[in-house]
Amino acid sequence: MSAGASGLPRWADIGLLPLINVALALAAAGLIVLAIGESPLNAIRIMVLGALGSPEGIGYTLYYATNFVFTGLAVAVAFHAGLFNIGGEGQAYIGGLGIGLALLALDRFLPFVLLLPLGLLLSMGFGAAWAFVPAYLQAHRGSHVVITTIMFNFLAAALMVYLLVNVFIAPGSMTPESRKFADAAALPMAHDLLAAIGFKVPSTPLNLSLGVAALACVAVWAFLWHTPWGYELRVVGQSEKAAIYAGIRPKRIVIGAMCLSGGLAGLVGLNEIMGVHHRLFLNFVAGAGFTGIAVSLMGRNHPVGIVLAALLFGAIQQGGAELSFDVPSITREMVVVIQGLMILFSGALAYMARPFLEGLFALRGEPSA
Amino acid sequence: MRVPRGSITGIVGENGAGKSTLMSILYGFYHADAGEIRIDGRKVDIADSKDAIAAGIGMVHQHFMLVETFSVLENVMLGAEGAATLAAGAESTRAELARLDREYGLRVDPDAIVGDLPVGDQQRVEILKALCRGAEILILDEPTGVLTPQETDQLFRILATLRARGTTILLITHKLREIMAATDLVFVMRGGEVVAERKTAETSAEELAELMVGRKVRFAVEKAARTRGEALLTARDLGVVDERGVRTLDGASFELRAGEIVGVAGVSGNGQSELLDVLSGIRAPTSGTLRVLGRDIDAEHPCGPETMRALGLAHIPEDRHRLGMVGAFTAAESAILGYQRDPAYCGTLLIDNAEVARRAGLLMERFDVRPRAPGLRSAAFSGGNQQKLILARELAREPRIVLAGQPTRGLDIGAIEFVHRRLIERRDAGAAVLLVSAELDEILSLADRILVMFGGRIVGDMPAAEADERKLGLLMANIRSEAA
Repeated sequence: MSAGASGLPRWADIGLLPLINVALALAAAGLIVLAIGESPLNAIRIMVLGALGSPEGIGYTLYYATNFVFTGLAVAVAFHAGLFNIGGEGQAYIGGLGIGLALLALDRFLPFVLLLPLGLLLSMGFGAAWAFVPAYLQAHRGSHVVITTIMFNFLAAALMVYLLVNVFIAPGSMTPESRKFADAAALPMAHDLLAAIGFKVPSTPLNLSLGVAALACVAVWAFLWHTPWGYELRVVGQSEKAAIYAGIRPKRIVIGAMCLSGGLAGLVGLNEIMGVHHRLFLNFVAGAGFTGIAVSLMGRNHPVGIVLAALLFGAIQQGGAELSFDVPSITREMVVVIQGLMILFSGALAYMARPFLEGLFALRGEPSA
Repeated sequence: MRVPRGSITGIVGENGAGKSTLMSILYGFYHADAGEIRIDGRKVDIADSKDAIAAGIGMVHQHFMLVETFSVLENVMLGAEGAATLAAGAESTRAELARLDREYGLRVDPDAIVGDLPVGDQQRVEILKALCRGAEILILDEPTGVLTPQETDQLFRILATLRARGTTILLITHKLREIMAATDLVFVMRGGEVVAERKTAETSAEELAELMVGRKVRFAVEKAARTRGEALLTARDLGVVDERGVRTLDGASFELRAGEIVGVAGVSGNGQSELLDVLSGIRAPTSGTLRVLGRDIDAEHPCGPETMRALGLAHIPEDRHRLGMVGAFTAAESAILGYQRDPAYCGTLLIDNAEVARRAGLLMERFDVRPRAPGLRSAAFSGGNQQKLILARELAREPRIVLAGQPTRGLDIGAIEFVHRRLIERRDAGAAVLLVSAELDEILSLADRILVMFGGRIVGDMPAAEADERKLGLLMANIRSEAA
């Protein structure tokens, strides 16, 4: 009875189905590993151990997952408003620009306690501003947000190259990157924080941004399901006609949701620029914006699911790096293939296994019914 | 059930009586659990619509299955293109259309774009589509719902011609008038069973109605006489020009007074929806003025639905699935649609979901919504219960003006009576009720005063006591202006 329209119990729908999809993706990846002459089991062992087998691996996994949580939440917020924000990549890039500008200008004058809120504000603000233009065009001109956000990814990339090569490049440097920020502008690292309370762990890029990501999850959850704005956003996402009937202005919601989405994506800048690299450089988003789409899809656009999916993708990223290091015949590109399969099976083919599973449950249910 | 060749057979029954299911089985959408279908005495097995077409069954759906941006020819060819290139199929289809035009007088320009055609012609395209595929049995599902009386007459003439040529026609409807006018034989369905078979010439609308419902039907609704109070809503020369530049509402002037139900009669698509949109604040009028509970509204000073609600105006929308609720939301969430910022559960920052659910539970109990599950998805409720939920949301706040758009469309008799009672209750409590309905019977039995709309204008305004079906029907078809 609680099966609802899907014919599947809820736990199977949101728990079992994604697990099956992941397993299918791994099986397909295993076949490819086999085809290039390596042992799939060994590959999986290296990946799992690399991602989760050591404090260092876990640190890296969480660091990657932090980015994916931000971009996953960004996609989810837009999705609940009925918008498909493909522009997380560009919004994250420009969010990093925002935080970089602030730190380059003020890192020598302000203390950390002021730089942190400033960094938060500017990474979100710049990300939101980058999302605002497509949002405005969607709301008032009907230009489809999928198209415009994709184009804005390219614009962001070109703009950053220009700025880094011509404006921010450190004097005398040959690489297009800015000078290093002052130490006051660095987010505390996880290994330093843990050392302060007596745990010695190896140094990893994991930093305070993880806490910000956790807070962002709670905030997005509360916003979507416990505030009138979140309610109105979801009404617009389900039915624009119902929204107008209810006195909600869809155009405002579209713009608001996209800006919030861009702001969340912009927080990737907090992790990468203020948290890890302490300078502006090229291509620091490294695909996290696109991975966020898969993360949100797999996590069913819910913060809890997004955390789990982000952890999975973080682990693949880290474990994959270990794998290509340990097994030379499996290249970095191979890891991208595994990620791609993961996205294919849990995104594009998310419901492929469903009829089969429904059949199983129907069989099991019949004798008792 | 046996249907003779070359006849027009009517199938009547209430919503949910099984008419559409029966036809869907004939056309292969569903598979029958038991029983068999015989055509010309030969048993046929219809697994999908291809089999149905092969067996000579054609279907004209209530909602047309046409590609609006294609031409008539392309639509008729659809699914029967014939070869890899379209040319051959197009030629033969064009010839076939010309033949059907000669033989049956079914004239439609093959190169016209379907979206540009009037509804009656679009329906003709559907019929042509079926005939072009060699249909000898034609099923029409509620074919007159979207037609004007003239178009309906025309349709019945076409059907009579088809019958004369040996086509068998099944006409599904819940309008008894049409059964009496067009059919030779009629089957009455109730609760999934055929409960009666009558020769049309030997029965009456009253008998059929009784058979449909299973008891004596009282078309009249009990209500006490009431004196009209003050004007709560005044419209003066209200007009709307829509995005395409079409004047959909034209110089509407009327009053809604406390303690009266004003019925708006008219064939759908004659400006009733636009009238509701303007009165509820969904759309601003482009001309004229509106005074709602002391507030003046015109093109320069529009007033959104949220303000209208705050003033005390409730709106039961025509399209309850897409406007009235959000199917994917829980019943509790749908029960605050439009009232999401009520301080009873909405603080400055957060909505108290527990309170929302508690109130939804109370509402569901008061308005008898079943199952009483505020956490269930809105789309999982039956149509009647969805409408009760919307009614509960809109009426529980004791609004002074109620706008009701087709509030009983698609509901069963029990739910219809419930809706009627609640509307009368509001009227007796001193509210003004505007009832837009395509059912004349409903308007005649509920309304104290009746407006008739045609072509975006109000062409009639009379006390209910002076109205009857004939008078309203003539106004709805705008006979006077046609004669001129």
